[in-house]
Amino acid sequence: MIVENSGTVLSVRDLTAEVEGTPILKGVNLEIKAGEIHAIMGPNGSGKSTFSKVLAGHPAYKVTGGEVIFQGNNLLEMEPEERAQSGVFMAFQYPLEIPGVTNLDFLRVAYNSRRKVQGLEELDAFDFDEIVQEKLEVVKMNPTFLNRSVNEGFSGGEKKRNEILQMALLEPKLAILDETDSGLDIDALKIVANGVNQLATPDNAILLITHYQRLLNYIVPDFVHVMADGRVITSGGKELALELESRGYDWVLEENVSEVGAK
Amino acid sequence: MSATVKTLVNQPYKYGFVTDIEADTIPRGLSEDVIRLISAKKEEPEFMLEFRLKAFRQWQKMTEPAWSNVKYPPINYQDIIYYSAPKKKPKLNSLEEVDPTLLETFEKLGIPLSEQKRLSNVAVDAIFDSVSVATTFKEKLAEEGVIFCSISEALREYPELVQKYLGSVVPIADNYFAALNSAVFSDGSFVYVPKNTKCPMELSTYFRINSGDTGQFERTLIVAEEGSYVSYLEGCTAPMYDTNQLHAAVVELVALDNAEIKYSTVQNWYAGDENGKGGIYNFVTKRGLCQGVNSKISWTQVETGSAITWKYPSCVLVGDNSVGEFYSVALTNNMQQADTGTKMVHVGKNTRSTIVSKGISAGRSSNSYRGLVKVSPNAKGARNYSQCDSMLIGDNAHANTFPYIQVQNNTARVEHEASTSKIGEEQLFYFSQRGISAEDAVSMMISGFCKDVFNQLPMEFAVEADRLLSLKLEGSVG
Repeated sequence: MIVENSGTVLSVRDLTAEVEGTPILKGVNLEIKAGEIHAIMGPNGSGKSTFSKVLAGHPAYKVTGGEVIFQGNNLLEMEPEERAQSGVFMAFQYPLEIPGVTNLDFLRVAYNSRRKVQGLEELDAFDFDEIVQEKLEVVKMNPTFLNRSVNEGFSGGEKKRNEILQMALLEPKLAILDETDSGLDIDALKIVANGVNQLATPDNAILLITHYQRLLNYIVPDFVHVMADGRVITSGGKELALELESRGYDWVLEENVSEVGAK
Repeated sequence: MSATVKTLVNQPYKYGFVTDIEADTIPRGLSEDVIRLISAKKEEPEFMLEFRLKAFRQWQKMTEPAWSNVKYPPINYQDIIYYSAPKKKPKLNSLEEVDPTLLETFEKLGIPLSEQKRLSNVAVDAIFDSVSVATTFKEKLAEEGVIFCSISEALREYPELVQKYLGSVVPIADNYFAALNSAVFSDGSFVYVPKNTKCPMELSTYFRINSGDTGQFERTLIVAEEGSYVSYLEGCTAPMYDTNQLHAAVVELVALDNAEIKYSTVQNWYAGDENGKGGIYNFVTKRGLCQGVNSKISWTQVETGSAITWKYPSCVLVGDNSVGEFYSVALTNNMQQADTGTKMVHVGKNTRSTIVSKGISAGRSSNSYRGLVKVSPNAKGARNYSQCDSMLIGDNAHANTFPYIQVQNNTARVEHEASTSKIGEEQLFYFSQRGISAEDAVSMMISGFCKDVFNQLPMEFAVEADRLLSLKLEGSVG
């Protein structure tokens, strides 16, 4: 069993979830292997952002059925911080501002919590500084950002770069990027995409959640999935994204209506 | 508010134990006879009894104030015990004769009094219910001419000093609770720092309420002569009782020319249970008089306990170029209520004041900042900077800010800044998605929020205050 699944990072089966009693996910199926980049696209309200939050364990979302196996473990039984510590990372669509907590402290505590779970020694401020300086280059970030409060007064682009900096430090097994391209100008988008590409390895997997194809010009996915009304209605290669870009979402919804309805 | 936030704020109170000790307790109620009895028990000079009786007669004519933003049932002043002291009377000069039960109690509270375990470089006056039980490092302080003892002892040993300054900053009829305190106060600390002397160590008083129906009415007086400096810290705890207990203290500070007094408080009286049953009513009058030129008084308070906190440590800036400071963290949780802040009264020329207030409200608590900045006509060139920040934890807590500014001359410069922030589910989720537990997240956010105030505390206590706040908030988030 373990040998058979060794390449599988994430396996989602018939996942259903609701928020405040309203069903949002209505049976999501997805399989992600190490070394792969997947993109989930879909119109607004399709459930794609909900899906990312359910994977990360946001307390406002209630799982009502199905299963999620992450590296052989039942992800749904784990607390949000346990998921993070075992290698699930989510880059937030709207990263939060944390006044009074410096970026450097925040990054160090996060980094050490991951190390602790891995049975590694926690790093002191001095040793950590060396590591973080190195990672700053991944997203071309100015070191002065480390001494400012987390995301406080950061521009939209700076907040997203800060998310990717965290990803670079935490070296997740599965990175979920929730609408990371939203609100970015083209220069910031290139820096962020370039950072993500540097971090993609044969051992980890990346799941991009996006409304637009634009991001996929810079981070090229192996698989594209279209989500609508809480389900993955069709999947394909990177060319599917281009087709969605030129033809919109309507044709794909129409073509798959009968299939969805039959389920 | 989800379960995590809640569990975070609701850490059990660690200091809620009762010491079983034989006490000399007078009957309940208040009358001139009771006041005479207290004065006699303390073997006080005649002027003190007069002071008390005058205050009592004033108090009887006064009514309890109702303007603050706190609610509580009427207090029956005839149902309170105004004096309770451990029976075995300690000889104040030798710690060895202090009842070992008392030493144990203070040790349990983290305040070791016995010779071999003393806090290094901190002299402690330990007050148990109505009396001081021990003062450490007295001899060492005496070498520098610094007097640090209980106010009862000061009344016997240095009556002229006490008489000169007692009631000079907070007059006996200043307000309802100050008048009550002036009538019945039982003990407290007295500090006198002579001319051009820098007090060689931190001075600290630890207040402990033990018996059930006793009110604690302490009186503290600190006098810093010309060119002197002293840093003083008080800490407070009480057992958990179902009934409310009254604590009405008066603190007076006097700073003469070029003197500086730094006064810090870490208040952790029992706050009542999560439904608001029990807890201390902390109705306190604290005021500092910057009488001399270039003098400075700095208040730092970390208020975490009490069912109700009602206090406004203030500075009256009479001396030209004198400086007043107020740094405060007030944390309320569950059903706690706090109405706290400061008064900065600018009288002299070029006087300066700074107010930094941080209010943290969790549970269903209510936390108000109330502050007055008053610049009188002669205070030319006076300056004030005020900053009032509130942090809400969860969805059911309240925060209010009531700044009053009265400026009577046009050369004054007064600035006021305020902000409100919140620790909610989304912030905590952000931390947890980075592998950081809710406990650590809250403590990081609170430390950051309070940094400007904690930096003002003496080093030995800054870490303690940080830890105390985290403990207090355990269970409040989630």
